[in-house]
Order: sequence, then structure tokens, then C-alpha cells
Amino acid sequence: MEEIYLDNAATTKPYPEVVEKMKVALTTTYGNPSSLHRMGIAAEKMIKEARKTIASKLDVSAKEIYFTSGGTESNNLAIKGAINSLKRYGKRLITSSIEHPSVLNVFKRLESKGYDVKYLKVNREGIVDLEELKEYLNDETILVSIMGVNNETGAIQPLAEISELVADYDNLYFHVDGVQTFGKVDIPLSKLGIDLYSISAHKIHGPKGTGALYIKRGTRIDNLISGSKQESGIRPGTENVPGIAGFGQAVELLPSQDDKYRIYQLKELLINRILTEVEESSLNGPDIHTGAVHIANISFAGVKGEVLIHTLERDNIYLSTGAACSSKQDTPSYVLEAMKVNPKLIEGAIRFSLAPTTTEQEINYTVDKLKDAVKMLRKIMQR
Amino acid sequence: MKVKRLYLIRYGEIGLKGKNRFMFEDKLISNIIKTLKKDSDELDVYKTYGRIYVETDLARDKVISKLQKVFGIVGIAPAREVELDVDEVKKNCLEMVQEALPSSGVTTFKVNARRNNKSFPLNSMELNRELGAHILINTEDGRLQVDVHNPELMVNVEVRKKAVYIYTQDIPGCGGLPVGVTGTAGLLLSGGIDSPVAGWMLMKRGVKIVPIYFHSFPFTSDRAKEKVIDLAEILATYQGETKLHVVHFTDIQTEMNDKCPAELTTIIMRRIMMRISEQITVNNGGKSLLTGESMGQVASQTMESMYVTNMVPKMPVFRPLIGLDKVEIIEIAKRIGTYETSIQPYEDCCTVFVPEKPATKATPEDVQEGEKDLHIDDLIEKAIDEVEVITINPYK
Repeated sequence: MEEIYLDNAATTKPYPEVVEKMKVALTTTYGNPSSLHRMGIAAEKMIKEARKTIASKLDVSAKEIYFTSGGTESNNLAIKGAINSLKRYGKRLITSSIEHPSVLNVFKRLESKGYDVKYLKVNREGIVDLEELKEYLNDETILVSIMGVNNETGAIQPLAEISELVADYDNLYFHVDGVQTFGKVDIPLSKLGIDLYSISAHKIHGPKGTGALYIKRGTRIDNLISGSKQESGIRPGTENVPGIAGFGQAVELLPSQDDKYRIYQLKELLINRILTEVEESSLNGPDIHTGAVHIANISFAGVKGEVLIHTLERDNIYLSTGAACSSKQDTPSYVLEAMKVNPKLIEGAIRFSLAPTTTEQEINYTVDKLKDAVKMLRKIMQR
Repeated sequence: MKVKRLYLIRYGEIGLKGKNRFMFEDKLISNIIKTLKKDSDELDVYKTYGRIYVETDLARDKVISKLQKVFGIVGIAPAREVELDVDEVKKNCLEMVQEALPSSGVTTFKVNARRNNKSFPLNSMELNRELGAHILINTEDGRLQVDVHNPELMVNVEVRKKAVYIYTQDIPGCGGLPVGVTGTAGLLLSGGIDSPVAGWMLMKRGVKIVPIYFHSFPFTSDRAKEKVIDLAEILATYQGETKLHVVHFTDIQTEMNDKCPAELTTIIMRRIMMRISEQITVNNGGKSLLTGESMGQVASQTMESMYVTNMVPKMPVFRPLIGLDKVEIIEIAKRIGTYETSIQPYEDCCTVFVPEKPATKATPEDVQEGEKDLHIDDLIEKAIDEVEVITINPYK
């Protein structure tokens, strides 16, 4: 069996078309987009095309797309940049306890600088508590930042409801970390009044080191780094032309509704087979129908996730743990912890994340091998 | 242009080793050459009268940092070689003092001359006097003051058969004996803080180390192995070519886990590791084993456990850290450059085989009883046959 890569929430394999496009950008269109001559213009054109493709996929204007180095930078730019321009209106910031570290740690830093940060609880399915959000929202609130889809569990957050709640407040920006959402769950950005939306190329079969931030027209944010006028001065520095071109190409190839349904069916097959065929296995997060189509988080009681990962690696199957190994008192998954999953089960949690290229054969093979591995490890570990 | 510079190498202890002296000196010279050869365009290393001389065009700070990792060297003195002429000696002494003098304040100094070459016109006493006077007279007033007991600046002048050598600085080396002169030992290397330090300590006493690492994929991650390779690479900068032996231990561990009582698995595992390591060490021409154990640190490091473990190998097992506290070990690890790598979090990340309550007072009878169902001679033989050898050459 060739490699079975089911760690697509960590990163994805770039599509051949993406690699081809990047090769052109590196070998032919290598000019600086700011140069006056023809070669500069050719490079600029590549960026323009990519920007247009991405904007049309998000159903926004191309002028509202700003390229960055990836999801982490987009999140940092959105949050820090928004706060810098809104700080005179208040000190209350609201986010959730299950955000990605590139959001959570920005808020921790802001908290230490005197901001009043509220972290929303989640329920057992990993979905934020809207009642709590209502409680926390006030006239002092300048930013609400909630992810679209959780990277560990695939839980889709109620962005429409949140957007209704925040709409009542002026001087408040609504940021959505859409890194795991883009290409998986369609979010009508302008309809929902989302001001800032972070996306990343390497989660959708594009290259690493490239991302973008959607900044709704009229939203004022400060840049994080100073330089020339690229990306309207919001993100200066010579553009990563190959990365951006690859990003655009990957967006052209985003899965259709039919593709997504096929991924969903594979996820359903995976979960159903595991839950029925592997004893003491349990699904973490939302149920099969409500979660994102590409992520399933499953715990195997009495097994250490990391060891299971390495065991399956021998069969050329690649997965992630939901949690870091806790044998050295590392913090177990804060996401599963926030969902109040039993600590013993957090230790044995595995994240499966699928791609449009995943096949039924791969899923069946993975479950077959997984059954053997869990059985073998339980025999060794449960003594 | 690259300038060739001279360094005097002092090597106190090995000068005292009687008949073995030549062997030690030759080993030290060959170790110095190995360290410097790759980066020098011109290199000359030779010995006369209890001194080794290094001439190289390599940048000075690089020479010093490389030589500071060569065991056997006590001091490194960047020197000038001057012809056998009193005026030349005077002129060069003065220049070197002026180079070494801080930009302000009074500095105490002393000339320390030694005349091995009796045909030189001035003897040691006369040289001290004449050179001291010359330096003092020709330096700005109030900047220098003679202090024969506790000088800040020592001008060393050695009059030898073919030339005079002058140096003002004696940079400490790491001491010890040249690696390779006292034999070879198998080091049980884990990814932790202790075992690399133990290896370094025996290297310092001239022992060539063969690191042996037990890998239990999938129970330990391949990152743990990468980390051990990194540690072996750091150790190799002190001893030269290093053959890291990776023993694939999973089958043995699984079998042991199946057949032996849980509380004894740690100690039985240590015994098996000793057995395998001894054989690998023999295969590499070694005569001892080396571990990073410190008395009482963990369950396998009680006196009872060591007693039972030590019954397996016939060769001596050295434990240079036995009397050190963790903080003392960490201090050495930081100094030799292994600490930062050792604290990377991959070590024993999944300690699947560590029992909840390991026995700390197992007797030989307990262990014998615990091992009675364990028949793993074939597995051990296979592990030794299939050991993965990773050769690390730091001079490449």
C-alpha cells in the first residue's frame, strides 16, 4: 500500500497543478512585482489573478484580500491590527477557549497588557456557548474572534448566530479564523458581516508559507511590520509570488459540493466502522452529521495516542494525536479538556483528517490496520 | 591574506607518564591534527621538549575553540617565534605587552624567562631583568608596574635550541588524557541529561566511547532517535569519529513485558541492555561499560538494582556520575554543550514499559524467578546482529 495520509488538518500535499504553477513563477515569472518593466508586470499579473480567484471564491472584492505568510500571521495581523485601531473604544475582547494557539496566545499577551479578555466555554460537542457570549458583550467590547471550524474536532461554530449578536455593537470587529474552514464550509462573509477572515494555502493543497487575510472594506487595521507599499502597506515586503500563485491555483481546485459529500461519506464510513468494530472507542466532538466533513476525532481507551500513531506509521498510515503525550506532564489537548472529555480518553485520542483525494480503499485499509494495532497495544499496555 | 600563527600547547599530565609518554604524545598530536586539518590550509604540528607546537593559518578564535575540545591539552598559548637574538626578543616582548595592555589604568606584569638553550648569551635571571627593564622604559609612564608575585600580565619567554618563543596568554584547555589512550568503553546512551555527561567524563580520561542506544519504535518516536544522534554528534566533537550503535529493542521489550512481572520489568530490561551492550562493546574491542547512573536518582539506580544489574556483564561497569547531584550533572551538561539537546521533550516520551510501581529492592532471587519464563536468546542475538551503526565524523 502506498502512503495513506490522513493528517490533512496538519498540512496537505500540494496538487501537481500547484507545483507546476509555482515552478513557472520561480523559473519564468521571477520578476519583482514592483519593478517597472515587463517582467515586473508579469509577476504582478500572477498575483492579481490569484487575488481575484480567492476573492471570487469568498464572494468578496479582490481589494479586500491581503496576502500574508500564512494562517498564524493572518490571525496576528487581524487581532493586533484591529485592536490598535480600536483601543480607544474599550478593553473588552472575546474569544473562545478552543482557538488555535496563533489566536489564543495573542489574546494571552493582550491580557497581560491589561485587556479584559473573555474566553468562551464550549459544550461537550466543542461548540461555543452563545449565552455566555451574550453575557460578555457590552459597549466596551472591541473585538470578537471565533474560529469557523475547530482543527482538532471539526466542530463548526455558530458564526451566523454570533454575527447577529455582535451586529448590535458599534466599534466592534468580528474576526474569524477560517484556516480549517476555507474550502470545507462555505461562509458568506459579507452577509454575516464578518470584518476579518484568516485563511491559509497549505491546508487546501497549496504551498506552505502563504496565507491571506480578508479585510472588509472600511475596516481599519494597523500593520504589524513597516516597509514599502505592497498589499496597500498592510503587509509590506516583496510578495511571495510563487506561493501566492500556488495559492490561487489551489483555490481553483477546491472541492465541489459533490466532492465534499464524498468526503463526508468516507468520514461516515470511517467513524461507523471504528465505533462498531473497535471496542471502547468513542467519538469526540460533534456527531457525524454536524461536524466539518474532513475531521474526525476518536478516542481509544487504554491506548496512548502517540504510540498508536507510530504503530500505524509502520503500515505507512499517517495520523495525528488529538493530544500531546502526557507521560511527561505535558498539557493534554486543551481543546478536548475544554470539552470535558475524560483525561484517560484524551490520552488515547486520534485525529483523522481527510482530503478530496482520500479513497474508500484507504479508509478500509486504515480501519483494518487500526483494529490490529489497538488490539496489540492494549495487550501490551493493559497489564 | 591568511597568516600562519604559532600556538604552544601545554599538556601537563601526560608528560609524567613514563614509558607511555611517547604513545600519549603521538596520540595527542594526531588528535590535534584531526581537529584542525579540515579547516586549515597550512598546518604543522610537532613536538620538542615537553611542548607541542601548532602552526596554522586558521583564525585564532577557531583554533582556540577547537583545541579546547581536545582532551590532554592543559593550556594553549598563542605565541611568537623569534630568532635567537637578544634585540629581537626585546622588540617582540615589548610589542606583545603593548598588544595585551588594556587601554587605561595600571597593569602589573612580570617577565618569566626560561633558558633551556645554554648557549644563549643571557641566563634566565638576566633575561628577566633586561627584558623587564626594556618593557618598562619603553612604555608610557604610569601604565605598567612590576609585580613578581601576582602579576596581571605574564610575559613568558622560552629560549629553545632553534628559536625563542614568547607568549603572554595561557588559555586553559580541558585537561585529561588524549582520547584513545586508555581504551574503549560502551556507553549506554539515552536521550537524557546524564548519559552524555558520563560519556564525556570518560572521554576526558582518554577513553574512546562507543555509544549504544536502545530504540523501541513505535513506543519511542523516531524523533527520540534523532535526538540521540544529535547528542552523539556533540560528543563526537570531543573524540572524533564516533560509531553510534542503535539497537532495535521493540521485540525484546514486548516479549519481556509479556513474560515478566510488571514491577520487575525495569530491572530486567536493564539486565538485558547490559548483556547486549557488553557484546557490542566486545565487538568494538572495548573492555568496559559506562552508564549515566547516579546513586538513588530513579528506581533502577538504587544500590540493590545496580547490584542485580551488575551481575550480568563480566566487564567493569563505570558510573562516573554516581556521586553527583542532578544540579551538578546539569552544570557539566551545559558546559559541554549537551544540555540544550537533552532537554528536548522526546526522551522516553511514551514510557509504556515503565511499571506503575517498579521494584527498588529486587533481590537476585526475585529477578531470577522473574526471568524464568523469558527465553529470548534468539531475540538478543538478532538484535546484536541487526544493530544499526551510524558513523559520525565531526571532521568531515
